[in-house]
Amino acid sequence: MHGVQGFMYPNELELQWSILIVLYPYLTGLVAGAFILASLERVFNVAAVKPTYRLALLTALAFLIVAPLPLQMHLGHPERSWEMYVTPHTTSAMAMFGFVYLWYLMVVLVLEIWFDYRRELVLTWRGSTGLKRQFYGVLTLWSDNISPEALAIDHKLGGILTVVGIPSAFLLHGYVGFIFGSIKANPWWSTPLMPVVFLFSAIVSGIAAVMLIYMVTSTLRKTEISMVCVDTIAKYLYYAFIVDFTLEMLDLIHRLYVADESLLALDFMVKTKLFYSQIVVQIIIGTVVPLALLASVQFVRWSAGARKAIYAIAGVLIMIGIFAMRWNVVIGGQLFSKSFLGYTTYKLDFATKEGLLPALIFLVMPFLILWALVKILPPWEPDATVAGELRHGTSTGA
Amino acid sequence: MSRGFRNYEHVLRMAGVFVTGILVFLIVRWVLVPSDFGVYGFYRAGTLKEVAARPIAYAGHDACAECHTEIVDQRKGTRHEKVNCESCHGPLATHASGDVMTPGKPDLKTVCMPCHQKMDGRPKFQPQVDFKDHAGDALCADCHQPHSPKIKS
Amino acid sequence: MSASATSNRRDFLKDSGKWILLTGAAMLAWDFVAEGAPEQAPNYNATDHWWGMIIDIEKCIGCGNCVRACKAENGVPMTDDAFRTWVERYVVMPDEPDKPIVDSPNGGYDGFVNLKQYGDGAKVFFVPKMCNHCAHSPCVQVCPVGATFESPDGVVLVDKTRCLGCRYCVQACPYGCRYIDPRTETVDKCTLCYHRITKGLTTACCETCPTGARVLVDLKNPKDPIHEFMRTHKVNVLKPQMATGSKTYYNGLDGAVR
Repeated sequence: MHGVQGFMYPNELELQWSILIVLYPYLTGLVAGAFILASLERVFNVAAVKPTYRLALLTALAFLIVAPLPLQMHLGHPERSWEMYVTPHTTSAMAMFGFVYLWYLMVVLVLEIWFDYRRELVLTWRGSTGLKRQFYGVLTLWSDNISPEALAIDHKLGGILTVVGIPSAFLLHGYVGFIFGSIKANPWWSTPLMPVVFLFSAIVSGIAAVMLIYMVTSTLRKTEISMVCVDTIAKYLYYAFIVDFTLEMLDLIHRLYVADESLLALDFMVKTKLFYSQIVVQIIIGTVVPLALLASVQFVRWSAGARKAIYAIAGVLIMIGIFAMRWNVVIGGQLFSKSFLGYTTYKLDFATKEGLLPALIFLVMPFLILWALVKILPPWEPDATVAGELRHGTSTGA
Repeated sequence: MSRGFRNYEHVLRMAGVFVTGILVFLIVRWVLVPSDFGVYGFYRAGTLKEVAARPIAYAGHDACAECHTEIVDQRKGTRHEKVNCESCHGPLATHASGDVMTPGKPDLKTVCMPCHQKMDGRPKFQPQVDFKDHAGDALCADCHQPHSPKIKS
Repeated sequence: MSASATSNRRDFLKDSGKWILLTGAAMLAWDFVAEGAPEQAPNYNATDHWWGMIIDIEKCIGCGNCVRACKAENGVPMTDDAFRTWVERYVVMPDEPDKPIVDSPNGGYDGFVNLKQYGDGAKVFFVPKMCNHCAHSPCVQVCPVGATFESPDGVVLVDKTRCLGCRYCVQACPYGCRYIDPRTETVDKCTLCYHRITKGLTTACCETCPTGARVLVDLKNPKDPIHEFMRTHKVNVLKPQMATGSKTYYNGLDGAVR
């Protein structure tokens, strides 16, 4: 009736964490990854990826806004979720994560976007009337000083925020990995590698997402895709992916070698229940193929058109593969019994509270929010070179 | 000096937004945290009383012994002496408190089975028989008085 | 016997007999029960107690009384995936001691029936399971809002008015003793019959166990039989490597038990 094979403790028959809990680390991962890409330009002065700087920040914000929604939907009592802020249990990774999230949203993302966009916000405020003027007035906090000195202060503070933001991004998604990795009761989750693996797969998926969004929006706006930009992004994506792949292989090889009590149960599960999602989708389609595609660019001089196609295909496969990785961790960790003597099945409904439909809605929502953000805070600066000189004090070079 | 301040002024406005937010949060927290939270540990102390206030369903063997002294005497020295009354008679707190004066009796066809039907895994000290072989369609109570089950020859 | 004679005797016993027959705590508690308004007995001091349980596998006959009593006493949902306590049957074959065949049909609620002939070499026994009321509980550690906690007398409880239903504690419990109550959408689990033990009664499962395989113990009470029991039996806890500080002590715990 519950699709049980072997023996499971009676209370384990139904899965507790559903596809919504798969979605949540996926979305926060995209946030962290997008931000790391933005910080490449800002902190490490990789000027080539400048066209994606603001787009990456907005992407991060859009995904961060949606990220708590699947959690709320999953809770038995979402109306009590404020308790996590009011009485946070300091030994609980989940409770402390509420503050990490808040810190990241308000201090890192919102502030950085504000400092970066302030000049445009003030100009728009000055140039608009009626409701739009009121709206932009609020956004600028009714301060209209955009003198070079003020903007220089903004630039400096934004830089500090980005530097602070990098470890914050690591903390944001590493924490999600720690939420799983610290559960000693579950051997599929319990490993110190979990936060690191989560973080690097987040970086990979976030960079891939921004790259894809940049390519898609450029195509839709009929503007030139800067090959220098996407080549550089793809290079960093490739490096991050190698690290991610190495870490996941390390975890796997360690498990197989140490072969402790849990291995038999896990091994059977991977070969049967998780075969399609782990072996086929995550490893072959989601890792080996895109890694090979990206690697080929390092060794073969493809044409620009071919490279665009490679990046697009690799990007999409990576997004699918990293989702599969989250699925295999969250759902996989609940398919086997803590007695190691049995397995159950996950029944994914469609139009229920935790079904496929809300999951799809939450996947689409960030793009709608991004569309709205792009309208309010356009990331495509007409005077990009001027702004660039403001920032770097020199002309931009690759 | 004032020119320098003017360039920082928007930063101070934003800082003001944050400070206001933190103050609002602290006020809301002061209002929302229950007063008995944290008294014994990181939880609401009132929970202990609430959990303890649940009405009981099983009265406990001491309650039965209070009135049914002849049954207590009958069971002394028998193999069922340590088997508490409600193991077979079910939850009887409502009877012991006087609300229900005539509770139902256990179903004599089935009440003995969970313990005495022969089954693998039962320790050897437990008397067990295959009910069909042992008694056919007869009731256990036809030969065994449940409060003194040993058949006296 | 006529009704009036019975009620006269009841009154007589109530007034005089109880002073002689019942212990002090149960006596006061009985007043509350008799009035139909049970509250924590006023002379119960939580810090005087440190509750646990002994489960003696050598005495368990797999009758399922404890499972039924618990569901009746605590209003546990009658579905087959929500249990505060349950009984597992282990069949250990001589040639594969590390691959036991285990089942728990409806948690043992309806008892067990012989499924098949396992042959002479098979070792079959029953293992009741429940919340271990861990002293260093991983479920308490991970609760984000302080909705689950260990009481001053060692019982791990749930505050249903604060629980978010996030299920982090369900994931963190190594013993699988927690479940979500669909009626309240909060987590639920064995409370060690807190509403009974604070009145001097024993838990529902111990009350109805016919062989004394389950015994409530108070580790702080120097006269409690647990101290002698621990000295004279080979006692173990489930998953000791997790260092949860489990206070459910098993006698006769076979190595095959998960």
